[in-house]
Amino acid sequence: VFDAALLAVDPVPWARAQMAFTLACHIILVPLGVSWAAMTLIANYRGLRRGDRDALELAQRWSKYMAVTFAVGAVSGTVLTFEFGLLWPRFMGRWGDAFGIPFAFEGIFFFMEAIFISIYIFGWRRLRPWAHFWSGVPIVLAGILGSASVVAANAWMNSPSGFTLNQAGEIVKVDPLAVIFNDSMPLQAAHMILAAYVVGGFLVASVYAVGMLRGRRDRYHRVGFIIAFTVAAIAMPIQMGVGDSLARWVYNNQPIKFAAIELVPTTSSDVPETILGRLNDDGTVSGGIPIPGLASWLSDPSTGTATVIKGLDSFPTGERPTIRQVNIVHLAWDAMVGLGTLLLLLSIWYGASWLFRRDMPKSKLFLRIAAASGVLAVITMEAGWVVTEVGRQPWIVYKHMKVEHAATGNTGVWITFLVVAALYVGVGTTTILVLRGMSRRFRAGREEEAVPYGPRDAVKAPEPAER
Amino acid sequence: MSTAAAIVLFVGIVAYALFGGADFGAGFWDLVAGGTKGGARPRALIDHAIAPVWEANHVWLIFCFVVLWTCFPEAYASITLTLFVPLTLAAFGIVLRGAGFAFRKAVLRTSSRRNFGAAFAVSSVVVPYCFGAVVGGIASGRVPAGGEAGDPVSSWVNPTSILGGVLAVVVASYLAANYLVWDARRMSDHDMAAYFRRRALGAAVVAGVVAIAGIFVLRADARYVFDGLTSRALPLVIASIGAGAVALLFLWRGAPRGTRVLAAGAVASMVLAWGVAQWDYMLPESLTVSQAAAPSGTIGAVLVAVGIAAVLIGPGFVLLYTLDQRGALPEEGVDAGT
Repeated sequence: VFDAALLAVDPVPWARAQMAFTLACHIILVPLGVSWAAMTLIANYRGLRRGDRDALELAQRWSKYMAVTFAVGAVSGTVLTFEFGLLWPRFMGRWGDAFGIPFAFEGIFFFMEAIFISIYIFGWRRLRPWAHFWSGVPIVLAGILGSASVVAANAWMNSPSGFTLNQAGEIVKVDPLAVIFNDSMPLQAAHMILAAYVVGGFLVASVYAVGMLRGRRDRYHRVGFIIAFTVAAIAMPIQMGVGDSLARWVYNNQPIKFAAIELVPTTSSDVPETILGRLNDDGTVSGGIPIPGLASWLSDPSTGTATVIKGLDSFPTGERPTIRQVNIVHLAWDAMVGLGTLLLLLSIWYGASWLFRRDMPKSKLFLRIAAASGVLAVITMEAGWVVTEVGRQPWIVYKHMKVEHAATGNTGVWITFLVVAALYVGVGTTTILVLRGMSRRFRAGREEEAVPYGPRDAVKAPEPAER
Repeated sequence: MSTAAAIVLFVGIVAYALFGGADFGAGFWDLVAGGTKGGARPRALIDHAIAPVWEANHVWLIFCFVVLWTCFPEAYASITLTLFVPLTLAAFGIVLRGAGFAFRKAVLRTSSRRNFGAAFAVSSVVVPYCFGAVVGGIASGRVPAGGEAGDPVSSWVNPTSILGGVLAVVVASYLAANYLVWDARRMSDHDMAAYFRRRALGAAVVAGVVAIAGIFVLRADARYVFDGLTSRALPLVIASIGAGAVALLFLWRGAPRGTRVLAAGAVASMVLAWGVAQWDYMLPESLTVSQAAAPSGTIGAVLVAVGIAAVLIGPGFVLLYTLDQRGALPEEGVDAGT
């Protein structure tokens, strides 16, 4: 019998799944939106300053890919805007007046980005070359400031501040600056912006690495690879430093999350850094490779292995992540640090090659790893995001509101999750196909393509709507 | 202070109605343009008209949501809890529409163009209908205060919601047809100018009929808003009717200037009339604007953000529109230099 009760399913896990899924997709587009414009402008600058035709052509093509990824990103961002209300109405209703503020500022930067991307892309043949170059600069700034604003909102969930509650627990007074510049914001924002440059750089470079491995070793591919990879390789070591500081911030301010990260069941000093391994239901840790004392030492090098790390059992069961969540956080942490280290070594290899041989590494092995670096960087970033978000559980607003009290009461969320998942898989696949199709057409039409900044009559007649 | 935030919110709604509305309407004309061959020319014009600024327009929607959830969180919670279904459908529609439009330009095969084109066009009708239905649910007092859920079905399947939905689709089509006449004239495409002029006239007449029917619907189903429309908001209603009538006259006589602005004016005053009519309620007869408002620190911050936006984005927006209107922006973009 098909009755309404069958369709009524507890919305909390589904709301969580839908939010996680859509954010996990959106976060892949973010780095491209934030950092691709900067890489495009580097190529554009090089093209104009040195009359480098390859660089100019790269800039022009990248800006067209950017249009596609920005459009998809804008749409998926719009969906997230809906989801805040549709999935977490009780959270927004109670905390919107504080949590919402960073989004008001993010709105400015998103507006700016949309407008100047349009001007830049459509201005290729219509604006004077340097005026056109400068029309791209606001995109870069908007990308950085926009992600700082969004991360400010996320950081606020980790370290809520800037509000006064009354007896009933309602917000009665708000200090907007304290909301935006909350304690967790500076490091979290820096970590995400750098991640955008790392991931964006490796992603773009990996495409050209694949091209080189397939024998397209012309100057065009080389310039494309070098610009993107250099951006990532410069951002990578800085990212490791910022990540280290952020981990120490978590140690000092979110001991529950830190205990999950380091897999620490009970409070102690001389805590080993356990690589892999898992927490069992009885609170013991099994498997994995423990490196004695390292977790303690890293948490505070000044006290070394004597540093005490709070264990999971110092918090009531309802106020810390479940065993399963702890294992997810720990595994994601290992993935992030492990892959991050690999990408750092790759960057060092690249840097050393420039330093000693005045050229990029030419070996097949390097190109193969570089070809994988884009996907690896995305996994690294996703893992880092899992650490932040799952590690915050069960709180949606740290120590103020639990996720289960924030969700909608709407029992049909499982249906919307399935539809969203299907839609996103479709849109994602199509995006990749479209980008590949564009690249194939670029390659086929390379010779006949009009010169950037060429005269107006170089523009071809508009396509008919059918072919 | 809460009044200022409400005004800012309404400026966003008007802007989304005018800019986003025209985009959705263009999708409606795309949908009814006919077969692949016959519809090729209007579709090409529609593509050309939307292409340069199409990503920019949902920004207004996001703007409205952000102002709503930051300045009036309780109302936002009530609205999203109650009107879950039409809002979800609108979100799906926006994904399909954006992807459909972008990909239609980027793929080459006729069959795939047709599929993406269909996704674009159908969702261009569904989304404004859903938003109109949401407005109808709010205006007829079906969304309760206190961050509570109202009826999940009758809140958007009711006379006022149906009126709102139909009116939104019709008005969007009317706006778009007016803009497209202008675009066709600019490109000296006289056939297309005549084609969309006929459609603009048709849409104007339909909009008028729906609006007159709407008077009776509101009187029976949304009394507070009806009373507001016939008292406080009466000047705006008259302005809307006046601008619409003059625009119709201009269209009829084929006057090249002014129709577009008058049509936009008619729609803007209609949306504003709704806002003034339900003043000072955020959710008619259960939650007033001042009761719903966030603390002054929050509203101050949002107003500052809006001020910065006006200073920073205003010039950029004007530049983009000027470049677009001067035809300085060729249709490249996602067209990928085919």
